[in-house]
Amino acid sequence: MEIEQLERIASQVRRDIVRMVHGCQSGHPGGSLGCTDLLVALYFHQMELKESDDSQPIFDMSGAGEDVFFLSNGHISPVWYSVLGRRGYFPVPEMATFRKLNSRLQGHPTTHEDLPGVRIASGSLGQGLSVALGVAMAKKLDGDDHFVYCLMGDGEQQEGQVWEAATFAPHHQVDNLIAFIDLNGQQIDGPTVKVMNNRDLGAKYEAFGWEVLHITHGNDMAAIVKGLQEAKGKAGHGKPVMVLLETGMGYGVDFMMGSHKWHGVAPNDEQLAAALGQLEETMGDY
Amino acid sequence: MKKYTFTEKKDTRSGFGAGMQQLGQQNENVVALCADLVGSLKLDAFIKENPDRFIQCGISEANMIGVSAGLAIGGKIPFATTFANFATGRVYDQIRQSVAYSHKNVKICASHAGLTLGEDGATHQILEDLGMMKMLPGMTVINPCDYNQTKAATIAIAEYDGPVYLRFGRPVVPIFTADDQKFEIGKAWMVSEGTDVSIFATGHLVWEAIQAGEILEAEGISAEVVNIHTIKPLDEEAILKSVAKTGCAVSAEEHNRLGGLGDSIAQVLVKNTLVPQEYVAVDDSFGESGTPAQLMEKYGLTAKDIVAAAKRAIARK
Repeated sequence: MEIEQLERIASQVRRDIVRMVHGCQSGHPGGSLGCTDLLVALYFHQMELKESDDSQPIFDMSGAGEDVFFLSNGHISPVWYSVLGRRGYFPVPEMATFRKLNSRLQGHPTTHEDLPGVRIASGSLGQGLSVALGVAMAKKLDGDDHFVYCLMGDGEQQEGQVWEAATFAPHHQVDNLIAFIDLNGQQIDGPTVKVMNNRDLGAKYEAFGWEVLHITHGNDMAAIVKGLQEAKGKAGHGKPVMVLLETGMGYGVDFMMGSHKWHGVAPNDEQLAAALGQLEETMGDY
Repeated sequence: MKKYTFTEKKDTRSGFGAGMQQLGQQNENVVALCADLVGSLKLDAFIKENPDRFIQCGISEANMIGVSAGLAIGGKIPFATTFANFATGRVYDQIRQSVAYSHKNVKICASHAGLTLGEDGATHQILEDLGMMKMLPGMTVINPCDYNQTKAATIAIAEYDGPVYLRFGRPVVPIFTADDQKFEIGKAWMVSEGTDVSIFATGHLVWEAIQAGEILEAEGISAEVVNIHTIKPLDEEAILKSVAKTGCAVSAEEHNRLGGLGDSIAQVLVKNTLVPQEYVAVDDSFGESGTPAQLMEKYGLTAKDIVAAAKRAIARK
């Protein structure tokens, strides 16, 4: 798919995000907006997904014979729900039920309500990388040469389990795993360097035995597509791959950008209108 | 009282190891994981025969639970193994989110449960695991009584689709159940019928309950001994049927009296009938170092304690 087309999808996804969060007056727009370009690039360009003859995705839990994605920082569920919906995993109008009673679109992703596209609950941080490793190892046992992708937050790197997984992956040469850290430098209580400085995550993962790549313009679709290709090229050589993706929290909506303030706050009616004014409607609002 | 004899004593964890060896030969989807305790979990035979289906996780239990959930997504049947303390309390949130809430087909298999790992003391003993695991929606909780039953349970849980906590231990205990038994999850096993008191025992306490039944019989009291190997789902029908006959109950477990089998039984009784129940369990405390026999004695988990509890229960009828 052309870069421009991907960018148009991303614009709609950003509209979906702010509308979803506004609709229930809760949720996490900041990180969702920042990771929009990555998730669009993955689901509409990079990942090999099982599809029916009319290009609709076919979801099964095992993900055998296709690439699979895990969202470890589950609080950015709005971006994942929008991308899954727009990709055809479930009806787009269902986005209106986000975080409401009896919805499949729970505040944090879950398998409990059988939402197609989701394979594990996430939200309690630090667990997704381990889960992705398990799936990657199952693929190896089955001779399935597809990739497993996993996105984590940078604040999430403060969880101890992440480093258990970081040690485990190179030891077992899980080289069909491509993980991402969303380096937006913000977490709930403030800038990550102030709350708990992760220091040089690239150097850390390298020291743990990972192949490390940087995408310094994590909201530039062309840079992401190029970076993803590069990451794929690094996979399959005995080492897991870590991509450090530098994004802007709240990217795409000027007053939400670059601050932890919009980590978990919903816009009011005026703010919603202001945000939507900056985002072109390209695929039709739900 | 039906007579039970034994010719051999073995640890229940060895029953687990034997079950794993058989599963390794029978079911190619079974994968074993361990957090640096392969010898303690008796996994040597499985690993030797299936080196590609064993994943050494090192001393990283949280990651082991997550990797297990991932393997289950990929269609494998992961058996995540370590000591009961590290398999539950240490990783409760990982089990809660990635296994129970996500309903993954992960088998959490825990050795050295209860007091009877002995000398290592309270940091390695756990008396809260049944409570923690049974509170998780959708979790099946099993605590078999001897080598043969543990082996049978290990094989049975591979056939069942869903998360399971299987708990066993380190001390050698008499082998008194059949070596060809079929293990039925959720179905209580009638050990010996009686008319005066129902003794509902689980794990290592089942043998103690049998001994207690014999002591009571010598005193003219007829005890019914029931092996509740599955704490959840609980065989409520078997419990109610037994107390309808005997009119009182004793629960016996190597666990804190709070939150274990006793409380599960009490809930059934209070909802359905009014019969007295006495607990044989650890009285809301941690364990300590000592030999298994010394600890069972000090913390009140022997046949003698079950006899006393049975008499108290009968007196309250």
